[in-house]
Amino acid sequence: MSTASLRDMERGRALKLATLGTAAGAFSGLFGVGGGSVMVPLLVLWLAYDSRRATATSLAAIIVIASFTVIVQATYGNVHVDDGLLIGIPAVGGVLIGTWLQQRIRTREISLLFAALLVATAVELLLK
Amino acid sequence: MIGAILIGLAGGVIAGLLGVGGGVLFVPGLVLFMKLGQHQAEATSLLAIVPVAIVGTIRQNRYGNVRRDDAIVMGGLSLAGAIAGVALANALSGQVLRIAFAILILFVAFELVRSTLRGAGEESGENARDSP
Repeated sequence: MSTASLRDMERGRALKLATLGTAAGAFSGLFGVGGGSVMVPLLVLWLAYDSRRATATSLAAIIVIASFTVIVQATYGNVHVDDGLLIGIPAVGGVLIGTWLQQRIRTREISLLFAALLVATAVELLLK
Repeated sequence: MIGAILIGLAGGVIAGLLGVGGGVLFVPGLVLFMKLGQHQAEATSLLAIVPVAIVGTIRQNRYGNVRRDDAIVMGGLSLAGAIAGVALANALSGQVLRIAFAILILFVAFELVRSTLRGAGEESGENARDSP
């Protein structure tokens, strides 16, 4: 392959990553989530990631994305620091429990149950 | 206070177990149980996501799954999107934002079901082999 086409490939890759970052940031800002639901499928689709690496790499990006977004939200005065810490600190313990459990139980049924919980939550939010 | 702690714990367990970020649980948890407005819930959720993502990344990095350069590029270039997204969120009413969020988690639920049904033989293959 010629150097020119290699350079084109690199440029294409950088452009895709930039698009992903921008889209994830916009999602994060609009919805208060990390943006993983945008990054993971697109890393698989556009950059040929396997799903494990996509999830791991998107988690690392989320550290930066959520930090940026929370600072921007803070300038609007929307952040409740006390509630954020009350949720975030036990959540760390929860993650450790969750990953420990993941090695020991079948997650298939739990995934489906959680999807049902999300649907119920959506309905609850829509009816509120 | 107990409510917030339980939301955090539950969101963390789900995040660790299923790899679905905590945000999809933190935001509705804050709205439905802590009575925060949609804007405040979304902003506060982000603060809780940061430590969860740090712990998750440290673990995943140990398995060599994190492509650090790509993560830095995506994270670093997210700022413009984040500013635009936050500005848009704050321009919308709480009700519109809540409806949009509900649609988002319906989409996440759909994707979860799809990947679970498709990945049955792939991702949980090791677990399936262990079970009788």
